[in-house]
Amino acid sequence: MRSNSIKLLRIWQLALLVAFLAFWHVATSPTLLPPLYFDDPNKAAFFFGEPLKIFERTWDWFASGTIYSHLWVTLLETLLAFVIGTGLGLAVGLWLALAPTASALLDPYIKALNSMPRVILAPIFAVWFGLDIASKVALGVTLVFFIVFFNVYQGVREVSFTVLANARILGASDRQLLRHVYVPSAMSWVFASLHNSVGLAFVGAVVGEYLGSSRGVGYLILQAEGTFDINAVFAGILVLTVFALLLDWAVTLAERRLLVWQPRGGGETEKI
Amino acid sequence: MAAAAPALALEQVTVTFVSPDGGRYTAVRDVTLRVQPGEFVSVVGPTGCGKSTLLNVAVGLLQPSAGRVEMLGAPLCGLNPKAGYLFQTEALMPWRTARANVAAGLEFRGVEAAQAQKQADEWLQRVGLRGFGGRYPHQLSGGMRKRVALAQTLILDPQIILMDEPFSALDIQTRQLMENQLLELWSANRKSVVFITHDLEEAISLSDRVVVLSAGPESHPMGEFAIDLPRPRDVAEIRLTPRFVQLHTQIWHAMKEEVLKSYAQQLH
Repeated sequence: MRSNSIKLLRIWQLALLVAFLAFWHVATSPTLLPPLYFDDPNKAAFFFGEPLKIFERTWDWFASGTIYSHLWVTLLETLLAFVIGTGLGLAVGLWLALAPTASALLDPYIKALNSMPRVILAPIFAVWFGLDIASKVALGVTLVFFIVFFNVYQGVREVSFTVLANARILGASDRQLLRHVYVPSAMSWVFASLHNSVGLAFVGAVVGEYLGSSRGVGYLILQAEGTFDINAVFAGILVLTVFALLLDWAVTLAERRLLVWQPRGGGETEKI
Repeated sequence: MAAAAPALALEQVTVTFVSPDGGRYTAVRDVTLRVQPGEFVSVVGPTGCGKSTLLNVAVGLLQPSAGRVEMLGAPLCGLNPKAGYLFQTEALMPWRTARANVAAGLEFRGVEAAQAQKQADEWLQRVGLRGFGGRYPHQLSGGMRKRVALAQTLILDPQIILMDEPFSALDIQTRQLMENQLLELWSANRKSVVFITHDLEEAISLSDRVVVLSAGPESHPMGEFAIDLPRPRDVAEIRLTPRFVQLHTQIWHAMKEEVLKSYAQQLH
């Protein structure tokens, strides 16, 4: 019964996608419909692309292998930005949460840095780190850092007083408290923001590439735009979307493994 | 030789809290409480009378504003390493399994992991949780979590066990089971216990001695009653004996006025 309704849901979801693609195809094809809005039958395809050609272009990229080096660069940038940003956010978050004076001193600057539209730093990073992957990683790190930082900060301050006192009475030294109480508590908040931070690492990589680079999926899109090749632009977007979904799925799997100790909503029952 | 030093002695302890806006609140004033080795003492009193404050002083989480704390004759400075503490609220680390929670204290003290796990399993069995070692706290019931907390405290073999209304959140049946289990574990290896509760029946059925605190603020002990009920006891059955009823009536008369006073204060 339940698996049936899920199956039905999937069918409807697929049908929605097919309907959307069919509408797109019919509306942009120069021959199927008389031009409704544009004076030239080719103009709709020029502005909106044609789904079949987009799939064809995507297929070409993978079949000829030209996409792999670009995709590899983008994913490498994402991964580095994510790892470095999370590491820094964790370290600084723990430090400031446990050092109230430093935290009070730096508070306005952290707020300022966080409210600044940080994507605008991309040109500066390009000047500092060149057009290779380092400048994209730097942009991703600034995006990821603050998410992780605020979550760790919150996580440390929300450690239950009782759990902390209990660990101290059980004999935990300051270092052991950090390792066995503060870090696990902070990590649960970091994992809660994992979807966000992985997504933003990806955004940092692509936006960085788009603003100036010689490799990466963002670069492919920029090039296609330069030659008004709208189908290639959409093909690039399609590839990015699929990989963003894959990343998100990987995060969900990681989360399930790492947060077994957290109660899930609705409770768990065991089949006997 | 003088008589053996008490396991725990609070001498003329006063605790005054200062709030950030300069307000002062004296929770307890001039409290003297001595607990002999192997003695089970309950402290009862109306809500808000500073019972938990006394325990926090005894374990070293709070520094008294005036007075001394002595552990086996030696003055206490910092956290009390010989005391175990059972909290009223959840104190287990939710990211650790039951086994890892019980083993935590040993690990913190440098016991090798495998050895600590083995002892933890033994203790889990002793509190009736064999086979639950791999569960996380959220997968256990309230009573089971209390058992884990009890094992977590007792595995370190503390000289004195401080309990802050540990069973108050449990339903009555689970609570009586836990009380009997506590008495059983305690009598197997008599350490001192200070048991804080607002429940007079619980206090009488468990203890050797009941200390009644006056209503806060500035609460202080206002009566001490030796409980001469025979051991071993069953906490459910002992409540029906005439001597229990007699003791209960006696202590309740001493407490009643303070309870009413505390109640009246809460209304204002």
